Amino acid sequence: METLVACLSGFLVATSIWLMLSGNLMRFLFGLLLLSNGVNLAILAAGRLTPGAPPLLGAKGALPPDTMANALPQALLLTAIVIGFGLFAFALALTIRAYRTFGHLEVDRMRIAEPAEERE
Amino acid sequence: MSWVLALPIMIPFVTAVLAFLLRRSRMGDLASVGGSVASLVAAVVLIAEVLDQGVIAGQIGGWQAPFGITLVADHLSAAMVLITAIIGLSVAVWSLAEIGPTSARFGYHALFQSLLGGVTGAFLTGDLFNLYVWFEVLLISSFGLLVIGGRKSAIDGAVKYVTLNLIATVLFLAGAGLLYGATGTLNMADLRGAVAASPDQGLMTLIAMMLMVAFGMKAAVFPLFFWLPASYHTPHYAVSAVFAGLLTKVGVYALLRVFTLIFVGDLGYTHEILLWVSLLTMLTGVLGAAAQSDFRKILSFHIISQIGYMVLGLALMTPLAVMGAVFYLLHHIIVKTNLFLIAGVSQRLTGSSDLYAIGGLYRTAPLLAALFIIPAFSLAGFPPLSGFWAKFVIVRASLDLGEWLVAGVALLVGLLTIFSMTKIWAEAFWKAHPDGRQPALADLPRSARWQMMVPIIALAVMTVVIGAFPSAFLEFATKGAEQLLDPAAYVAAVLGEARR
Repeated sequence: METLVACLSGFLVATSIWLMLSGNLMRFLFGLLLLSNGVNLAILAAGRLTPGAPPLLGAKGALPPDTMANALPQALLLTAIVIGFGLFAFALALTIRAYRTFGHLEVDRMRIAEPAEERE
Repeated sequence: MSWVLALPIMIPFVTAVLAFLLRRSRMGDLASVGGSVASLVAAVVLIAEVLDQGVIAGQIGGWQAPFGITLVADHLSAAMVLITAIIGLSVAVWSLAEIGPTSARFGYHALFQSLLGGVTGAFLTGDLFNLYVWFEVLLISSFGLLVIGGRKSAIDGAVKYVTLNLIATVLFLAGAGLLYGATGTLNMADLRGAVAASPDQGLMTLIAMMLMVAFGMKAAVFPLFFWLPASYHTPHYAVSAVFAGLLTKVGVYALLRVFTLIFVGDLGYTHEILLWVSLLTMLTGVLGAAAQSDFRKILSFHIISQIGYMVLGLALMTPLAVMGAVFYLLHHIIVKTNLFLIAGVSQRLTGSSDLYAIGGLYRTAPLLAALFIIPAFSLAGFPPLSGFWAKFVIVRASLDLGEWLVAGVALLVGLLTIFSMTKIWAEAFWKAHPDGRQPALADLPRSARWQMMVPIIALAVMTVVIGAFPSAFLEFATKGAEQLLDPAAYVAAVLGEARR
C-alpha cells in the first residue's frame, strides 16, 4: 500500500515538473498544484498507512483494541492543504491580473521589471 | 506558557487586525506605528530575559515537548526578534511618508504587521513544521505587499517571486514530511538526537539537502536567487526596505538553525556544499551589482553577495566563523534596510532611481549624502563601521583554517562592493542633476521630512554605535555562536534536563 502511494506521489511530482518546465504561467500553476498534492501524498505515506484503524477513542475514552493510526501526519496534511489552497488562490488571482496587464501568459516575454539589454 | 515568548508574536497580529479595521482612516497608520512600539518593548523584555536566564522555552497549550509546539529563544533568536522589531518600527514610521491612502485602504499596514509577525514567529519557533507555517504566513503577507502598488513592473516581479518561492515552500514541506516519517518527531531539539540516532544516515543527508535547497532559495543563495533581483526593485520603497532587511535573513536564520542543531552528522558533505555555494553567491551577487545602473537594483544584488558572507560563516563551522555569521546577520539587516530607505528618499527628491537620470544630491542634500556614506561604507567593510568587524571576523576565521582562497574571495568581494557604492555615490550624489534639478530635503513636506529622516538617522546611529563599540556586540555574538555549536542548553531548555 505504501509503495503504491509512494509511486503515485512520484508520478504526480514527475508530471508536475514536466508542466512547470513550460513557459506558460497557467501550465506552471497546474504543475505547482500537482506538486503540492504529490508532496502531500508523500507525507501521508511517510507517516505509515494503517487502513482500518481510525485514531478514535472508544466509549468512555477506552483505547481501541488494535493498533491506532497516527493522527499527526493527517493533521500536518490538513494544515498543508489549507495553506496550499490559500497560496494557490493568490497565485491564480495574480495570474489573472498578469493576463489583464500583459495580455499573455508567456513568462519569457514578461520583461518589464528586467528589460532585455539594448543592443547598440 | 511564558508570555515573554508569546507576546512578540501576538502583538504584530493584534496590530494587523486593528490596522485592517481602521484602514480607511489615518488611525490605521497610527495603529501600525503604535503596535510596532509595543513589539519593540516586548522584544527588549525578551532579550533581557534571555540575557538573564539563558535559553528559555515555552510549550504552547501546555503540551509537553516533543509532542506540542515549542517556542524557544536563545541569544540568536532573541537578537533577531529585537532587530525585527527595530526594523518594523523604523519602516512603519517611514511608511507614513510613502504609503498613500489607496495602498492603506488595500490593507498595507495590516499586511506589513502580519509580515513582521510571521518573521518573528519563524525566529522563535522550536518546531520544524511550525517553522513551515510561519514561512507561509510571511510569504503570503509579502505577496500582498509586493503587488499592492499595482504597477506593471510589480506584477511582473511578483509572478517570478511568487512562483519560485512557492516551489521552495513545497520542497520545505516535503523535507519536513519525510523527516517526520523517518524519525517520528518534528521538534527541532528532539530531532537533533533522533537524526543522529537514525540508522539510515544517507536518507538524513538527502532530507538535509532538500531543506538546504528550500532555505537556500529563501535566503537567495547561488544558484537559487533569481527571484530576488527580478522583484525587489518593483514595490514601494518601504516594502523593499523591509524585504531587503528581513526576508532573506529568515532563510539564513533557518539555515543557521537547522545546520547547527539538526544536520551535523555529515559536515564534510553538507557544509562543503555550503562553502562553495557561499563563495559563488558572494561573487555572482557583487558582479551582478556591478552591471546595474539602478539604485535599487544595485542594492538588491548586494543583498545576494552579503548573504554569501553569512552562509560562509556557517559553512566554516568554527566558533569564530559562526560568531561572524551571527554578527554579520545582525549588522547587515540594519545597514541594508537603511540603504533602501535612503534610496527611497533619493527617488523622492530626484524623481527617478535610474542613476544616469539623477544627481546633485551631495550639493543640495548634504545630510542625505552623509547618511548614505555610513551604511554604504559599512556594507563595503570600512573601519570603524559595523561592516568592518563583520568582515574582519569572517576573514580571520577563514585564515585560521588556512582557507586562503576563501579569505581572498571575501576580500575581493569587499573591494567590488566599494566599486558599486562609489558608482552610486558618483552618479546620484556627486555629479550635477542632468536636468539641472536642485534636489533638497526642504522640497519634502515638513511631516514627510521627519517621518523619512528620523528612521534613517536612527539606523545610521546604530551602525556607528555597533562599529565604535564592537566588543559588547561581538561578545553577544560569541555567546550566540556557542549556543549554536553546542546546543546542550537549547535541547535541555526544550526537552527538560532529564532528556539531555
